Amino acid sequence: MEAEKVKELKKVALKLRSNVLEMVGVGKAGHLGGSSSLAEITAVLYFHKMRLNPKDPKDPKRDRFLLSKGHAVLIQYAALVELGYFPREELKKVKTLEGLLQGHPDMKTPGIEAVTGSLGQGLSIANGMALALRLEKNPARVYVIMGDGELSEGQLWEAAMASANFKVDNLVGIVDYNRIQATGPIKEVFDTGDIPAKWKSFGWHVIEIDGHDIPQIAKALDEAETVKGKPTVIIAHTVKGKGFSFAENSAAYHNAALTEELYKQAQEELRKQGELL
Amino acid sequence: MMIKLETKSLREAYGLCLVELGKRNKNVVVLEADLGKSTRTVLFKEAFPDRFFEMGIAEQNMASTAAGFALAGKIPFYNSFAVFASGRAFDQIRNSICIPKLKVRICGSSCGLSDFGDGKTHQSVEDVAILRAIPNMTILSPADAVETVMMMEAMLDVDGPVYIRINRNDLPIVTPENEPYKIGKIWELRKGKDIAVFATGYMVKKALEAAEELSREGIEVRVLNVSTIKPLDTKAVISHSKGVKGIVTVEEHSVIGGLGSAIAEALRKEAHPPIEFIGIQDKFGTSAKNYEELLEAYGLTSKAIADAVRGMAGR
Repeated sequence: MEAEKVKELKKVALKLRSNVLEMVGVGKAGHLGGSSSLAEITAVLYFHKMRLNPKDPKDPKRDRFLLSKGHAVLIQYAALVELGYFPREELKKVKTLEGLLQGHPDMKTPGIEAVTGSLGQGLSIANGMALALRLEKNPARVYVIMGDGELSEGQLWEAAMASANFKVDNLVGIVDYNRIQATGPIKEVFDTGDIPAKWKSFGWHVIEIDGHDIPQIAKALDEAETVKGKPTVIIAHTVKGKGFSFAENSAAYHNAALTEELYKQAQEELRKQGELL
Repeated sequence: MMIKLETKSLREAYGLCLVELGKRNKNVVVLEADLGKSTRTVLFKEAFPDRFFEMGIAEQNMASTAAGFALAGKIPFYNSFAVFASGRAFDQIRNSICIPKLKVRICGSSCGLSDFGDGKTHQSVEDVAILRAIPNMTILSPADAVETVMMMEAMLDVDGPVYIRINRNDLPIVTPENEPYKIGKIWELRKGKDIAVFATGYMVKKALEAAEELSREGIEVRVLNVSTIKPLDTKAVISHSKGVKGIVTVEEHSVIGGLGSAIAEALRKEAHPPIEFIGIQDKFGTSAKNYEELLEAYGLTSKAIADAVRGMAGR
């Protein structure tokens, strides 16, 4: 990937974090941690990799983006608004009766592909889509992002077996491996063990990357496209709360309110990161 | 009718209709959880192997996968025993399927006590109650193989998710073949001025038998087949409640949350005669050597219906 392109996508990721911060706001609860850990992955998918048609969100040829970890939907809204799927004013009205943007992914929002958020269901839904696309000989691809805490849901492993059983290769799983779930570190709260080994043993092609490294993300997505006859999962090592010093590697900002002071600090931190680009 | 019916088996009729729907619409796909010989989806598998998906014994995954198929424009039918198709996958039905109002068809096979030998773990006594509570859901309960065929023919046109309850056993035919069929309608199968009996599934036949017997005693029973339990034809329920001395509901399901509850809910704002619920009295099922013996043990007989009617008619 060219340096110029990398820089552009870094700027996008920063903008996505800024949009997330705007939606979290002051004094309201919001899933800052697990949204910001996905900023680079979301930037590469929406602004580089996926075939999209924002003018026709239901275009059958579009690639699909699903957040099985639906609570991180703020990062998806952050991207969709930049691409013009809905007006910018909606960000202020997130999670209100007047607004379009629900607390978890909902089909009323243009660009949202499925109802997720009850954890563990996204990969199954993605499998159904991928199998349907294959029946239609439609080249569109399905990307589904799962949380590492979410991997304790049994249904995900039913779905993981199904993807391998049906040799689903038009689907890419991405695990946001930030090692922290809602109430603390995964190792302490509920240890899900050797995640890459689990996926391998379930018959998946496994790629491990730094989930904040834009060229690595793009390369992994390209590699996934070349893998035939089996599904691919990208285990993305990430930092929960990435980009906000007070939230990094902390469960405290999984879903929390920001004070006025912290909000201003967060804005300042993003501004400084922008200057360094 | 969509197919020439030479069987009294609802599940055979269901399987044959799936094949016919598969011929008519290339978007029909079938998902199964390793019970295809029982649910009769094996017939679809033989006819359209590319559109048949054996999902293994994993009903939750099957339900959400069906949602994915629907989101990509297919019309998925997912199948298992009623108890697993509904309860095992409740959260997936609610979130993956019903919130986005997807065109997923769920077949709850071997419903009620109809899998008499397998006992309480395999018998579904609360599937209607739990699914009826979910917004956007349509719930169908055919009385016989003829009605199963008619429902299947009408089913592709229903917007949103549909759950169909299919009995495991051969049942006598009560549905007239030559009337135009519509999902959502309550069918008056016998006229009568004294007592209205709202029944569903195999219990429609039991109600007709009771009505025959009671007629000889001078009690005229109106028998209504409520084969669409949700959305309920509330207008028809209200109009049939007028002028009768009593209402009896009969279902092969718990008396909590099923047909009886739906009828009572529909009448809650109306002056109405007393309502008696005949159904399973807040109990699980059990194993039995045959179906009729089991129904009798749970009071799901024409005699029980006749006794309830006599009580209401003051005899």
